[in-house]
Amino acid sequence: MSQTFFLDGQEIPFEEGQTVLQAAMAAGRYIPHLCYRPQLEPHSSCRICTVIISGKPFSSCTQPAMKEQQVECDTAELNALRRAVIQMMFVEGNHYCPSCEESGSCRLQASAYYLGMQDSHFPHQFPLRQRDSSHPDVNMDRDRCIRCETCVRASRDLDGKNVFGILGRGLNSKISVNSPSGLLEGSDVAATDMAVALCPTGCLTVKGVGFKVPIGLRIFDQAPIDVVELLEFTKQEAVHG
Amino acid sequence: MAEKLKVATCSLAGCFGCHMSLLDIDERLLELLEVVQFDRSPINDLKHISQPVDLGLIEGGVCNAENVHTLREFRSMCKILVAVGECGITGGIPSMRNSFTLKECLDESYIRGMGVEFAHIPDDPEIPLLLNRVRPLHHIVKIDHFLPGCPPSADAIWYFLTELLAGRDPSLPRELIRYD
Repeated sequence: MSQTFFLDGQEIPFEEGQTVLQAAMAAGRYIPHLCYRPQLEPHSSCRICTVIISGKPFSSCTQPAMKEQQVECDTAELNALRRAVIQMMFVEGNHYCPSCEESGSCRLQASAYYLGMQDSHFPHQFPLRQRDSSHPDVNMDRDRCIRCETCVRASRDLDGKNVFGILGRGLNSKISVNSPSGLLEGSDVAATDMAVALCPTGCLTVKGVGFKVPIGLRIFDQAPIDVVELLEFTKQEAVHG
Repeated sequence: MAEKLKVATCSLAGCFGCHMSLLDIDERLLELLEVVQFDRSPINDLKHISQPVDLGLIEGGVCNAENVHTLREFRSMCKILVAVGECGITGGIPSMRNSFTLKECLDESYIRGMGVEFAHIPDDPEIPLLLNRVRPLHHIVKIDHFLPGCPPSADAIWYFLTELLAGRDPSLPRELIRYD
């Protein structure tokens, strides 16, 4: 018989080795997150999935589920904190939703909708970031990067290519490309790479298909992110267990 | 009959799309006009706010010195000031020029631009001076509420206005929040 913990008072079963987030999602309880993807090892960098356990904040994507744990998740305080983190991501980059071809398919935007973000709150920094359109099939717009390192992990662990890395620290960190010129052209990246498919924002996109699905008919135009993520999680579990 | 609430609106560095969306509330405009009276607005073409008003709606960000002046006039005359649309809230499309220097932008438009004749940067004293960077409204003055969207849908505007005029918290329900 599986053991259980409590998520906002609701009993959640878990298997040995599952994290709080994995057990919650498996039980149909969405915990907002950006850097966690079911296909990848948890990374714990975005902090959107922060929950409170015994009065202390933990990333639920890396925190192992433990018997009779009391986890606070869907509270006004935690959702305000998550919203503030998302607002910081928006002001630290250049996220022009109205002109972005990823609008409606973007997990940063959809998470902001889910958390009720109506303003940026913080001053916009309008950083100068390098774009890379050198590759014939893949575009990289660092303006939209939230440095979740999904591409770094996916390229290394799923594509077996190691195309992306991260350079610098904190606000000055940026995605680097493993090629002699430092540009996508000449790297091993391909439009079919999981690194490109899993980018949660419009930073890495495939060229030539940006508006194949019209705005208004995209995935998060049709269902909010909690519904989509729970569905994807269940599918992934069915494939890989 | 109770006195009507006074409302002023304007567009700064915006495209008037948010005003179009306000008109897009269609016949509900008549219902709105039962309870509000417009002061300065592009709808009636008044150029200045004539008296202190209850509600100010501002679309667009701040791209020049005149925008700053108008925004400050609105703040001093409006009890409640609302940033309407992406440009007012984030700087929006006009702020995409922040990736370039002002000189690069002006050169591109007036010196090197395609089909430019008698190339020179306009310098008539009546033209407001451009700011180095386009800024959202909350960088300059205190904003009380934010109504996102590009533009906010007619339903979002209607929901926001009716809740606010009824004295309730006008925060949008999840399904009305859009940034595109």
